[in-house]
Amino acid sequence: MTTAFSGVNVLDFCWVAIGPMTTRYLADFGANVIRIESIKRIDTIRTATPLKDNQPGINNSAYFANYNGGKQSMALNMGNPKAREIARELVEWADIVTENFTPGIMERWGLDYQNLKKIKPDIIMFSASMQGRGGPFSNHPGFGPVLTALSSHTNLTGWPDRVPTSPYGAYTDFLLPRLAVAAIGAALDHKQRTGAGTYLDMSQLEGSLYFVADALMNFSGNGKVDVRNGNKHPTFAPHNAYPCKGDDRWCTIVCMDDAQWQSLCNIMDRKDLIKDPLFSDTQSRKVNEEELDRILSKWTSGIDPFHLMDQCQRHGIPAGVVQTCEDLFDDPQLKDRQHFVFLDHKIIGRHAYDGCCFQLSESPASYKPAPLLGEHTSWVCKEILGLNEKEIRDLVEAEVLI
Amino acid sequence: MLSNYRVLDLSDERGILSGKILGDLGADVLAIEPPWGNSARRQGPFYQEIPDPEKSLFWAFFATNKRSVTINLETSKGKKLLCKLIQKSHFLIESFRPGYMNDLGFSYDEVRKINPSIIMVSISAFGQKGPYSKYEATDLTGMALSGMMYLTGDVDRPPVRVSSPQFWSAGGASGAAGAMIANHYRLKTGNGQFVDVSCQQSIARALSHAPQIWDLEKYNMKRQGPYRPVGQVNLRINWECADGYVNFIQPGGHTGGLSMQNLSNWMDEKQMGAEVLRTTRWGEIGFGRLSKELLDKMTPPLEKFFKTMPKSELAQGAIERRILLFPVNDTKDVFNHPQLLARDFFKEVTIDKQTSKLKIPGPFITGTGSPPRSLKRAPTIGEHNLEVYGEIGLTASEINRLAEESVI
Repeated sequence: MTTAFSGVNVLDFCWVAIGPMTTRYLADFGANVIRIESIKRIDTIRTATPLKDNQPGINNSAYFANYNGGKQSMALNMGNPKAREIARELVEWADIVTENFTPGIMERWGLDYQNLKKIKPDIIMFSASMQGRGGPFSNHPGFGPVLTALSSHTNLTGWPDRVPTSPYGAYTDFLLPRLAVAAIGAALDHKQRTGAGTYLDMSQLEGSLYFVADALMNFSGNGKVDVRNGNKHPTFAPHNAYPCKGDDRWCTIVCMDDAQWQSLCNIMDRKDLIKDPLFSDTQSRKVNEEELDRILSKWTSGIDPFHLMDQCQRHGIPAGVVQTCEDLFDDPQLKDRQHFVFLDHKIIGRHAYDGCCFQLSESPASYKPAPLLGEHTSWVCKEILGLNEKEIRDLVEAEVLI
Repeated sequence: MLSNYRVLDLSDERGILSGKILGDLGADVLAIEPPWGNSARRQGPFYQEIPDPEKSLFWAFFATNKRSVTINLETSKGKKLLCKLIQKSHFLIESFRPGYMNDLGFSYDEVRKINPSIIMVSISAFGQKGPYSKYEATDLTGMALSGMMYLTGDVDRPPVRVSSPQFWSAGGASGAAGAMIANHYRLKTGNGQFVDVSCQQSIARALSHAPQIWDLEKYNMKRQGPYRPVGQVNLRINWECADGYVNFIQPGGHTGGLSMQNLSNWMDEKQMGAEVLRTTRWGEIGFGRLSKELLDKMTPPLEKFFKTMPKSELAQGAIERRILLFPVNDTKDVFNHPQLLARDFFKEVTIDKQTSKLKIPGPFITGTGSPPRSLKRAPTIGEHNLEVYGEIGLTASEINRLAEESVI
């Protein structure tokens, strides 16, 4: 079967999260992705938890595996000048070169776009960096959660009377790969039509701002600085997470109109509230939100969260259980969509990969496990570079292919 | 890059980001609105807080780089008009509740009969089929069911959502990626296809390693407020400063050690140094291996120091001294962030024909061969009716008649 990206060759220098997740979309849809890695400069998430049997080891991380399924791994020690020569040969093979190092590293290796173009004029290069190339903060290093801080997501998350909480993980790093894939797809289209290559430079900070655009526009248009406000909505109430039966169990419930509120009163068996002037319309429910939340919490705290969601949904009221990761694995909708895909990894064994968040009817995604470090070095050397066994052995001994 | 393509964007406030991304990449995106305006125009915030469909600041961002065409899809003439547009377009994006396009007579099976090479993208909360596909969803209930909320918030309070509404935007971004993957398949085969996006999956795929931790260790990760587990310890990441908060983390390891040493030196310069910071050999502490005892001792002097300066001063000092400290920006700070200014990220556009210029974020990517970084302001309702209907072959009098009959 023809896949969307079959025949597209990707030379992948990406590491950690945003880059590898981008190239995993390409691999899932059929591209040949060769990851360049080295034991000399190990991708930090190769050592990140969770690990097989909780044991350290460069091939033991399921975190790494999840972002690198379907790729091939070539061990190439880019600190060695011979390795950089080999990388340049691989550029001739590639349609796309991807990387997300701190700006300056690809330049140091002679693999920046200007140099790649000399090797292959129609090459597409994709770079992602924290704050983009050029500008005073281009080279400032940092860890994942920094971007939610810089982009104002952190400041808008949590409670007004407390220090802001941070969205879990390097949150925006996991959304931006979709913008990256759209841009790479556009560059491939452009190349097919015009024969011209493209350089794409993504600032992770700038992309993150697309996901907080309405709050930015409120400042831009009205000079208003939005503040974090728990789970409250500017107009509607109830609009919160309510405690349920069980340890740390919650269900969200939202009423956006009188009909939904009246249905909720019926489910609660509190028809008296329908006529209560404190809650009779959207405005009064918002004004008396605290009292409303108290009444609701008292009712919900004895109910199983899934039962509560089911009851609300049957009556057309938006409700959703605050699901734990365990719940996600049992979620009937996610099961129906085959969200988690179980694949056999050579070291980790059978474990869960995230499936694609969109389904294509004619050229669906297909999934393969992640490679061990350097698993395909010899294959790449023989099939793409045309080296023989002895040449490969010599390069391993010279610490080029490690 | 995508200037050869026409996109019919039927999406409302839920799927609106998809077309915006394709528009940023150069496609001709037609926002198809009912004659009374897209419901996204009723989304706040509103310019000068006037709740007018032509003053929505939400629309002003998400409809940049789009043209507006009106059609009443619930009339038979309106449906014919949409058929005509489908024949002349390459993508169709919609985000109605599952089933609505079918009710209108525009399920994918119908759409492909009109144009077999079109790519149709449907963005919905949970996907077009399955047990939850008809569930009511809002940003809050969606973030809850996707697993993100359980992981976010303070330990002693209920879980919280993330910043501004995320759920639909995450799906919108997925839709753009799916559209361009399908496009590459079409380049090879000539065939269109159907792209079915789930917003729930779009957020569930943004949970870092938490699902894999459940899978391997059968442990449910939990919310940790302004702290972050790194290796064996829980590290504070958000700290109070003179005028707000800064993000600072000391995870150990090489980069972290250097950063901490530099911060300690800076505190000494300001006569706010501490013995424990000065004497600890930071370079020798492995990543995520700070002892609880050390953390307890080092925290008070850091807290005291950060409170003496505003975030901008701390951030500037951190840049100069290579310290892993960053401002926790509010939305105002974002507009003054030196890096964004240096890269000329914000563009000035009007939000309708009259208002003065406003700063708008974008586009999201730069480079050579990519579109120039200019934004076209969001259109008013039906602003491009004459232009677009002319392009597909309607005469001025035909267009007038459709307007009189309230079809457009």
